Formats: sequence, structure tokens, C-alpha cells
Amino acid sequence: MTKNKKNQPPMPHGKRPKPKKGTLKRVLTILFKEYKLPLAIAIVCVLFSTLASTSASLFLNQIVSRIEAGLQVGWTAATSNSIVSLLAVMAGIYVVGIIATFTQGRIMAVVTQNFLNSLRKKMFSRMQNLPIKYFDTHPHGDTMSYYTNDIDTLRQLVSQAIPSLIMSALTITILVAYMLYLSIWMTLIVFSAVVAMMFVVKHVGGNSSKYFLRQQKAMGETEGYVEEMMSGQKVVKVFNHEEECCKDFDEINNRLFEEASKAHSFANILMPIMGNIGNILYVIIAFIGGILILSPNVHNLSFSGQALGLAVVIPFINMTRQFTMNITQISQHFNHIIMALAGAERIFELMDEEPEVDEGYVTLVNAKEVDGKIVECKERTGMWAWKHPHEDGTTTYTKLMGDVRMENMDFGYTPEKLVLHDVTLYAEPGQKVAFVGATGAGKTTVTNLINRFYDVADGKIRYDGININKIKKDDLRHSLGIVLQETNLFTGTVMENIRYGKLDATDEECIAAAKLANAHDFITRLPQGYETMLTSNGSNLSQGQRQLLSIARCAVADPPVMILDEATSSIDTRTEAIVQQGMDALMKGRTVFVIAHRLSTIQNSDVIMVLEKGRIIERGNHDKLIEEQGKYYQLYTGNFANN
Amino acid sequence: MHALKTLMKCIREYKKQTILSPLFIALEVLIEVMIPFITAKLIDSIEAQAAISEIAKHGGVLVLLAALSLTCGALSGHFCAVASSGFAKNLRHDLFHKVQDFSFSNIDKFSTSSLVTRLTTDVTNVQNSFMMVIRTAVRSPMMIIFSVIMTIQISKKLTLIFLTTIPFLIVGVTFIMKKVMPFFRKIFKKYDALNNSIQENISGIRAVKSFVREDYEKQKFGKASDEVCDNFTTADKLLAFTSPIMQSAIYVVMILICYVGAKTIISSGNTELTVGGLSSVMTYGMQVLMSLLMVSMIFVMISMSVTAANRIVEVLEEEGTIKNPENPVMQVKDGSISFENVSFAYSSTAERKTLENINLTINSGETVGIIGATGSSKTSLIQLISRLYDVNDGSVKVGGIDVKEYDVRTLRDAVSVVLQKNVLFSGTVSENLRWGNKDATDEEIRHACKLAQADEFVSAMPDGYNTMIERGGTNVSGGQKQRLCIARALLKKPHILVLDDSTSAVDTKTDALIRKAFRDEIPDTTKIIIAQRISSVQEADKIIVMDNGTVNGVGTHDELLATNEIYREVFETQTKAGDFDD
Repeated sequence: MTKNKKNQPPMPHGKRPKPKKGTLKRVLTILFKEYKLPLAIAIVCVLFSTLASTSASLFLNQIVSRIEAGLQVGWTAATSNSIVSLLAVMAGIYVVGIIATFTQGRIMAVVTQNFLNSLRKKMFSRMQNLPIKYFDTHPHGDTMSYYTNDIDTLRQLVSQAIPSLIMSALTITILVAYMLYLSIWMTLIVFSAVVAMMFVVKHVGGNSSKYFLRQQKAMGETEGYVEEMMSGQKVVKVFNHEEECCKDFDEINNRLFEEASKAHSFANILMPIMGNIGNILYVIIAFIGGILILSPNVHNLSFSGQALGLAVVIPFINMTRQFTMNITQISQHFNHIIMALAGAERIFELMDEEPEVDEGYVTLVNAKEVDGKIVECKERTGMWAWKHPHEDGTTTYTKLMGDVRMENMDFGYTPEKLVLHDVTLYAEPGQKVAFVGATGAGKTTVTNLINRFYDVADGKIRYDGININKIKKDDLRHSLGIVLQETNLFTGTVMENIRYGKLDATDEECIAAAKLANAHDFITRLPQGYETMLTSNGSNLSQGQRQLLSIARCAVADPPVMILDEATSSIDTRTEAIVQQGMDALMKGRTVFVIAHRLSTIQNSDVIMVLEKGRIIERGNHDKLIEEQGKYYQLYTGNFANN
Repeated sequence: MHALKTLMKCIREYKKQTILSPLFIALEVLIEVMIPFITAKLIDSIEAQAAISEIAKHGGVLVLLAALSLTCGALSGHFCAVASSGFAKNLRHDLFHKVQDFSFSNIDKFSTSSLVTRLTTDVTNVQNSFMMVIRTAVRSPMMIIFSVIMTIQISKKLTLIFLTTIPFLIVGVTFIMKKVMPFFRKIFKKYDALNNSIQENISGIRAVKSFVREDYEKQKFGKASDEVCDNFTTADKLLAFTSPIMQSAIYVVMILICYVGAKTIISSGNTELTVGGLSSVMTYGMQVLMSLLMVSMIFVMISMSVTAANRIVEVLEEEGTIKNPENPVMQVKDGSISFENVSFAYSSTAERKTLENINLTINSGETVGIIGATGSSKTSLIQLISRLYDVNDGSVKVGGIDVKEYDVRTLRDAVSVVLQKNVLFSGTVSENLRWGNKDATDEEIRHACKLAQADEFVSAMPDGYNTMIERGGTNVSGGQKQRLCIARALLKKPHILVLDDSTSAVDTKTDALIRKAFRDEIPDTTKIIIAQRISSVQEADKIIVMDNGTVNGVGTHDELLATNEIYREVFETQTKAGDFDD
């Protein structure tokens, strides 16, 4: 029943063969804190059902002695009564046990699922608050597997392993108590056998969990390879590379087979070994019991003070069986627990990631102008203002204009390597600022800084004169619209995807935005128009169509500042020219940052910044830069180099 | 059943283990069942205060049996592990190899992520079920049969008692399973949706954050997660009925057996039934009931993995749509191409044809540009040349022969396509380039890179041509990736080279240099270039203007400027500033 699917090797940061010590405690703490009452009831229920099931051997003891008594007198009414009354008590206890089992099952069903649900939600909401850096530096497959595999291992831990561990522990305690009550000598014999079993569990079981972890790793490799080849399958075909791929795959696949068959072998062998140690123990107990009965000079040492007789030996033999069965049960959960804890550890790792910090206090509010002064108001006026509370208790309002200034900005994704050096630029409200330059020159980085996906290392960015570090991130991002080259659409209708830009937009607003982005035409040609479902990032659309949609999505948000990062790279120039008209209308009165390879996209910009290796090497409008005959001129004329 | 047959074929070299495993289990069960029987004798001999030698004899037999059962159990466990892991290995092997036989239209049918799931999670599920089947599914029924036989030996009356409870048990458990199954199916679907939304969220995190939609996403996720939780809780609550039902059956049986047993023992004066016999019957009874529970659990497991099995079979039975002809042509004469009345649609149910009535002639060695709006079917057109898809009507000829008559390998070696959505694989730069020609020398690789204007940046990399490319090619920029892909295609030394918008991320100057290199160094190769920029196709021998799946015009730059409206419009939009034309 073990599930071993892993997207990535489970241990990204070096080898960690055993889960950390605190993990189990932490899982239990969360569990017991949130579900105190239901868990308490569940545990009481476990107690009752354990009592009911262990009392079986206790009663057997009684029945045997009553049968023995009955044998002397034959089947009389008295014998019958004594046996029936005993069975009636037994039945009563069983009914309690059954009710307890049932209640416990129902409670655990609710607790397990709610626990997982809240864990999932916590994890997700934690993840939403992580900085972009986290997503840029962690493989998405890894993060995905927290939700799929790791949560799944926890389900087994909570719903099965923990209750049955409690049950086994309780059973064992009761059994030991009763065994001591019957005979201390024989209990000691059972104990020595248990030590032997522990030894086996440690060796065979320990080995199997070692191989299970290795199997997970091999599984991760296989999955990685499959993922890579499946997504590159068309390239494989184009290059007739099928055979080589198969060969590589077979090798990885064989490795997985080796690990898997070892892991499962160990796990499978554990059961018969444990079971038969139980059988052998049974024989030993029976044998010793027999000898002890036959040797009248051996004194039984027990809490009951009972002499060693059949009434002691027979129940003892039965209890031995139950005892070993419970130990087997515990050992079977061994692998689950190891894997669940490894999973829990990864989940906690995600939950312990530092969230994005936001120390901003300047907020964006609806505003209106009263007597030439800006006043905050509740209703949507179309006019926005920055609400800036000062230390002295006063609050000032600054009209949202879209004035962006960067001063002497330095930045690097890692402290050792700067990608931007001393970048300074001013974008006045309504201006179109373009960035050009080779890939890796730092164009996208600039935009990452404006919306604070990353924070500048040195220098300042001001938005309407306010240092953006003082602005609440949410409000800052509300005031910026971004269209990226990588379009990310979500499962849902076309309409819903456009509405993502502004959740309370009416259908008309969405359609208007689509028209502006020139997306309306192709949308109406889709089978269900605006109600067409998009799946897996809009795979039923072409890249160009996806870009048009994401422009519409941004348009409906109506932000004062827009960033277009290669937003039209997959739209053919003719369509782009048409989009451009709409875009020009859209850009009117907005500050726009444009990044593009295609020079026709940026020609009409107010300022063009030419970036090279993180520095601005030229700036000015198209005409000025052409006149200068510098880098821009080279890039631009490269267009017609072969005429 | 049919699916089962297909899957069974994958057992192959693990047949021996697959058969041995249940065989040894049968032996193990047989021995295990004998154990309580001997135990009863042991107890009776103790009870009868027999001689030590008598007890030792029974004890010795028991130890021997335990040792045998251990051996059988361990062996079957081992064989089972090998058989199931081997079965899974073969399944993965067959799936992977099958996908390698797929054509583009086969690939389009399955999404990448669904193929990955089939090869991993689904196979694991089926593997677990397989393990269950050859172990527990053999074990439990055997256990039931043997146990019943043994109890009959001891006491027919007591056997009858626990046999009568069995039908009740079966009805009860079946009822629950029937109720639960639909929920599980629903849960799987909801899970898929949940995972999908996480996936989307992670890869679209920039969009989420820039629109400040974190709370909205949390809500959306919460709803999906609640749905999974609700359904799962309902299913688990229903499943919670199984244990109490099981226990009731066991307890009722125990009490009844105790009573009837006691009565029989006492009335017959320990002859018809003994105390030892009674305890053996109880053990057997318990075993039978537990085995029944196991059987019901197996049913749940198996029916849960039926979905997985079907998904696997779906891939295994998918017929590759493009196959080699019977006597394939093994050589491509030259790089000439002709389209004759070609029509094409991605699916037979599509309302509109993707390409309609295309007629084109391209001579060997020509440079041909293709231009057209987004969605005008440029890519579809060129994919027909190397038979990545088959035409619906008409024919595509390469070197004067219909592409369907070529050996597919030969054809694709002769027609090298640089796809729009291109990928590099994890491995060194050279390893990636050698996809084009695995025997290429270092010089050849370098030369190809020089043509593709990639040599300069590759040489500047820390380990040059031995630099590791990360999965998905994330450590090279878009433009660098495109140039490497072109170099890789060049290494094939093809008759026809097709670039599908392959220089869109390359700056105009480099783009021009690449084209110049093509002109000078591989003049005999037919070059087909799909581009957005007029400048990329301007000097071509022939430019094809595509519009809505049809050819709108063919001609040189000047001809088209004069005659083709679309072309002129595109040209004007790209040179609107127009400062240099004058």
C-alpha cells in the first residue's frame, strides 16, 4: 500500500537519511491543538475497543475454567447458567467495543480530512505570501509534490498509523499487565522473544526504509527524465532520437526496478518473519508451560498468586499470540511513519520559509477633489490618491499620477554579482519608456524592481515622489499593470480570465478591454465565445492569442502605470499594428514601460533606454538615438543590413 | 477484461516470479493452517498432563512448521517484490517506447503532464494492485478454504456457526463498498482539479502577485480543497462502518462458538470436542473472517486502480498514426518540395480546415520565406514537409516523391526542422548538439555553431562546449537557445532546413548574420524561414504569404510589394518610421 511517487529526489539539500527529531512532535502538536476534544474522545474510544478485544483472552480463561468445572458435573442448568451469564457480560463489553470502534472511525475520518484540509490551506496561503525569489529558486515540481505526495503520506499517518499505534500500545500494556498477573516467569520469556523481534524489525525493517528512501530517489530521477522527454517529445521526433531516448530511459528504469524490488522484498519478508517468530514463541510458551505444569515443585511467581495450572498456561499461550500480532502491526507501520515524517518535514520547510516582508504604510485610496484639495472618499471615483500618514500624526494625500523615478539603482540577484549598475531614469506621467538591449542586459530586472518582486540593493525608486519601500506592496502593485512574455492564464472561461485583472468588472467592461487589445475578434470565433473554457494555461490558444488575452486582462485593471515585458513578441506585426492602435489609446495618460526586441514596438516611445550589461549606455528618443549612430542605431539598422 | 489482457502482456520475463509467489503463498497458508491444528494437540497434551516427550514431539513439529512457513513466506515475499517491480518496470518501458512511436497528432492527444502521470503515479498504483493480487488475493481465499476444511475436521457443528455469518458479512461489506466507490472516483477528479490549480498558481505566481490576487487565489484554493475534504470525509465515514461490522461478526461468532462449544465439551465429557479443539476453531474462525475483510479491501484497491490501468492501456493501445510504408524509399534525392492540392485539419471533426487547397513548388536550394498573421497556419504548413502530420487531401512531395513513400527516418534526416517551441535537454552543450549527428566531430560542431552565430557565446561560457545545460535549458537566454537549436539542426546536414520563427529572440543583426552564413555556406540546402520580421525574409528567392490557411501570394519581395496587399501592409507597419528607406 505504500505510495512512492516523488517528483524530485526527496532530499534536495544533501543526504538526510532520517527525519529530524522535532517533526513528529510538531505534527502531533498541531493535531492535538486543533482537535483536542474529538481526539480525546477518539482516544477514549480506542481505549474501549482495545479493552473489548483484549478481554477476549481474559474471558477465554474464565470459560476454560468454567468448562473444566462443568466437566465434573456435566451439562446442568447451573453450568449452563454460569456459562451464559459469562457470555452475556462478554456480549455487553463487545457491544461497547463495537460502538467505540464505530465512533472512533467516524471521528478520525473527520479529524484526518480536516487536518489535511487545514494543512493544505495553511501551506497554500503561506506560499502565496512568499517572495518571488522563492519561486525563482525552487523547482516547481518540488513545490507541487508537497501538496500531492507529502500530504498523502500524512493522511496515512494520521488516519491509520497513529490510531493503530495507540491501539497496539494499549493492547500491549493491558496484555503485559495481565501476563504479569498470571505469571512473572512466563512474562519474562515473552519479553526475551520480543527483544528478538525488535532486533529483526530494526535490521530488516530499517533496511527496507533505507531502500524505500532510495526507491523514492530513483523514482524522482525517472520522473524527471520522463518529464523532460515528454515535454521535448516533438524535438525527439524531429531528430529521430527515439532509440537513444529509449536506451537512456531503460537504464534509469532498471535502476528504479533494482531499488524498488529490494525495498519491497525487505518489506514483504518482514511479515512472515514476525508472524513465525510469533509461532515459535507460541510453541516455546506452550512447551515451558507444559513443563511447568508437570513440575509441581516450581513455584509460580505472579500477582494473582494463582498456581501454575491450565487456567494460567492456556490464556497465556493465547495472549502470546496477540502480543506478537500487535508488535507485527507496529513494525508494519514503520515504513509509513518514516516516509510520513520525511513528508511532514518538507511541508514544514515550506511553512517556515520567510514570507515577503511588507513594511509599507502608504496606501492607495479613492479620492476626489474638493475645492482644489484632495480628499479621501469611499466610492469609486476613478481618481486615486496615496494616503501618506506621517510620524507627527498628520496625513497627506498625493494624487496618483504615475511618475516613476529611479535613482542610482544597483541590484544583483545574489550579492556577489550585480546585474544593474547605477541605473537612473525618470518617467513622467503619460510617458512611454522603452528598454532595449541584448538578452541578459537587465531589462526585465528593472521591471522586477518597480513592483518590488525584488528589492534594490542600493539607490531609490520613487513613485509619485514617494519611496516605494514606504508603499504597501499590495497598493503599489495595484497601481501597476504588468504583461509578461510568459503568459499565464488560469483554468476558467475566457471571460473569467480577463476579469482576473479586476474582479468586479462587468461583462461589458471585460469585452471593452478585449476589444481594446484586439482580442475580441478571435474570442468571438472560439466555439463558445467568451464562455469558452481554457485549460492548461490556454493550450487551446496560440501563443499570440494568449498574449492578446493577457493584454486585455491588464487593460481591464486600468492601472496608471503599465509594464509590457515582451508582451507582443508572439503577435505578428500586422496584428500588433492593430493592437498598437488600441494600446495607444490604452496607454494614453499612463506611464508605460516597454521591453521589446522588435524595434517597431518601441519606435514611438518618449524615451528609449539602451541597456548593456546592466548599465544604461544610451538614452533619448528614436530620432535622437539614430542621430547619435550608437548601439541603438546599429541594432535598428541591423534590420536592413543586407539591402 | 480486455485491459487486463493488455496489461498482463507486460509480465514477460517475470512470469516465473509471478507464478512462484502465489505458489509459495499457498504453501505458507497450508502450513499456517496446520499450525493451530498441531497447537490444539499440544494444548490437549498439556491439558492431559502427558509426558514431556509427547509435548516435545508436538512442539518440535510446530517449530519445524514455523520454520517452513517462514521460508515459504519470505520466498513468496521476495518473488512478489521482484515480480511486481519488474511488472512496473515493463509497463514503464512499454509506455515510454510506445510514446516514442507516436506521431505529432498522437502527442497532441495526450498532454505532457498526463503522460508523466501515466508513467509514474498510474504505474505505481497498478503495481500495488498487482502485488495485492498475487499475494493477498491468493492468500485470503486459500486461508478461507483451508481453515474451513480444518474446522470441519474438528467440529462440523462449530463450522456451521461461523459459516452462517459469512453471507451477512459479505452483503454488509459489499454494500458499503458500493456506496464508497463513487465517492472515491469523485475524489480522484477533485484531486486532479486541485493539483491543477496549484500547478497553475505556482507557474503563474508573477501574474498572481502583480494583480495582487493572493487572497482571491487562497479563496479559490480553499474552495477546491474543501470539496476534496468533504468528499473524502464522506467516503471515510462510510468506510468507518466496515470495522464495526467486522467486529460484530467476529464477536457474535466467538460467543456462539463458546456457548455451543462449551455445551458440546461438557455434554460429551471432553470427547466429541476438546478444550484445545475449541480454541483452534476460534483461531480458524477469526482467520476466515479476517481474510474476508482482506478480500473486500482488495476489491477496493483494485477498483481504485482500474482507472489508472485504463489510462495506461489507453496509451499502450494508441496506434501511431504515422507508419512506414511497405517498401520505403531510403534516399532523398534533393531538396525540392511541392504541395499539390493539399488540405489539412488537426482533427477530422474540425469545422474549418487548417490548410485548404495549397499548391506550391519550391526548388532545391531555394531560400523561401513564409509570412502571415498569427493563426494563419504557417507552422501547420511546414510540419507537413517532414511528415510530422499527414495531409488529409492532396500530396506533399520531397525530391519528387510523396513523403508517405519515404522511410520516416530518412525523410526526417533530410528535412531538418527547428521547431517554434524548442527545447534543449539536460546535458552538455556538445551533447545537445550531437542530437543532430551523434558522430559529429568537435570541428563539425564548432562549424555548425559558427554558422548559427552561437560559437562566440558558447566559447565564452565557463566550460565552453562542455558547459552543462540545465533541464529545460534555463541557464541560457531565449536567443542563445534558439541559436543552439539552429546549430543542432544544421549538424544533420539536411537537404531541407526549416526555421519556424526560430530567430524571434535573436537581435536583428545576428539574425542577418545567420542568414548570410546560410547563403554562403549551405547554398544547396533548401531553406524555409517562417518569420515575423520582413527583414528576415526580404532577400528570399520566394516569399509565401499565408492568410487563414490559404496561400495569399507567392513572389519576391518586390513583386509582393507591388501586388500583395497583406505583404505591403506588414512591410509598412514595420518600417513606418521610414527614416532609412529614403
